[in-house]
Amino acid sequence: MEALSSFPLELTGPEVPMVRFMNVRKTYGDFVVLDNLNLDIAPGEMVTVIGPSGSGKTTVLRMLMTLETINGGVIYVDGKPLTHMPKNGVLVPADAKYLRKARSSIGMCFQHFNLFPHMTALENCMEGPVQVLGLSRREAKERAEELLSMVGMIEKKDQHPARLSGGQQQRVAIARALAMRPKVMLFDEVTSALDPEVIGEVTNVIQDLVTKHNLTMLMVTHQMGFARDISDRICFFYGGKIEEQDTPEELFANPKSKRTQQFLSAVKAAD
Amino acid sequence: MHWDWQFTAEILPRLLWATLNTLMAAGLGYAIAAVLGLVFAIAQRTPFRPLTVTVRELVEFLRSTPLVLQIFFVYYVGPEYGVSLSPWVAGMIAIGLHYAAYLSEVYRGGIESVPKGQWEACTAINLTTAQTYRRIILPQALPLSVAGMGNYLISIFKDTPMLSVIGVAELMQAATAIGGQNYRYLEPYTIVGVVFLVISLFSAASIRGFEAWIRRKLGMY
Ligand SMILES: Nc1ncnc2c1ncn2[C@@H]1O[C@H](COP(=O)(O)OP(=O)(O)OP(=O)(O)O)[C@@H](O)[C@H]1O
Ligand SMILES: [Mg+2]
Repeated sequence: MEALSSFPLELTGPEVPMVRFMNVRKTYGDFVVLDNLNLDIAPGEMVTVIGPSGSGKTTVLRMLMTLETINGGVIYVDGKPLTHMPKNGVLVPADAKYLRKARSSIGMCFQHFNLFPHMTALENCMEGPVQVLGLSRREAKERAEELLSMVGMIEKKDQHPARLSGGQQQRVAIARALAMRPKVMLFDEVTSALDPEVIGEVTNVIQDLVTKHNLTMLMVTHQMGFARDISDRICFFYGGKIEEQDTPEELFANPKSKRTQQFLSAVKAAD
Repeated sequence: MHWDWQFTAEILPRLLWATLNTLMAAGLGYAIAAVLGLVFAIAQRTPFRPLTVTVRELVEFLRSTPLVLQIFFVYYVGPEYGVSLSPWVAGMIAIGLHYAAYLSEVYRGGIESVPKGQWEACTAINLTTAQTYRRIILPQALPLSVAGMGNYLISIFKDTPMLSVIGVAELMQAATAIGGQNYRYLEPYTIVGVVFLVISLFSAASIRGFEAWIRRKLGMY
């Protein structure tokens, strides 16, 4: 593993990526989940991660949300280190205080929504803005209502999550994440826990975000059609490595790696 | 010996008065235990090893030694180190600490049954650890703890007679004193039994009602 001194304190130049994974390694004990991962995501880019179960897709997102620590390399967000902080001219592992500041530009939606069950939809969306961003309740309410309207959930704003369908809960969860005004949004299989007939209401919201907002997004999904429609780039993960990455047109039409071909035909057969 | 209603009427006011002391001892002891128990529970979840280990050992110690020993210890050993406490203060410290240990386990169970995804959602919206506990985790954990907490409220109430060993003027002590003065124990001790029974039944019913209410209030149907 290379010394931290070989990593830059910040990224400079004409085209600073919004996210950079630089030689990132993740292990659980002896088990190597990701080895030497390098991935850049440009500002405003929509990147989708696909791959077989256990290939490390969720782990990539969780590392970026700082839900997992990394065992090697550095992750940068908006040019600044996320997992590390500069100290006396070199990078050292970030402490809790630095992490808190650094992760503020990242938002995440989860497979199982993870809404706060004791709060209404509106309160879920106001919690972060009031507690973390220090907005007044009135400002936070305005912002939350605007976002709930955007995801089509304004009528249900006073309902608790237990009273909402999966698709409705996921749309509230998206609004809750957006209320923090992140620069990067992470979606981990946000439609996997949903009934087929409500998947569309969630994918439509994400589609809207792609076309109308300048968010950088990293998404994991098993829905190949959706990935093809909205992604700028698709990364196929296999065994903790990026086996192949390309535009959706190229990757789906002319997959170069044998493993990509196998995976895509297996997925097609299952559809 | 048969039941003497006139004697009963004579001693009832004094016993009811002592009941107030019993209720106060149980209430105060429980309040201390409820707060301290939460501190113990959260302390055991901090990433700071020396603290978690110390608190875990303390809880283990408090749970595996008799309450009456802890009462004696605080009251009689304290003065040897220059800490002289009144029976009331010593009793409240001992019973509060003892039940804090039990309640911390109840809280811990409640906190552990909040899904991991809730913590992750808090990180994702960047709440501090304190905000995470106060706003998200405890409001979900405490309703789950209400049943266990209620059982210990009744236990602490039933354990207050132990405070009579260091001379706290609660119900048991008053009944014994009345019995000694009049050479009649049937009526005073029977009344004590009835008082404990009534209050225990009433508490159990209130706790069940409270549990249902809090679940409704927090939207957990
Ligand atoms: N906490 C953990 N402890 C040990 N191993 C883990 C842990 N979390 C994940 N792993 C392992 O890391 C590997 C990658 O997991 P990850 O969840 O990133 O896969 P994934 O690509 O998202 O899979 P899926 O499509 O099933 O969601 C798997 O082999 C998994 O078993
Ligand atoms: Mg996954």
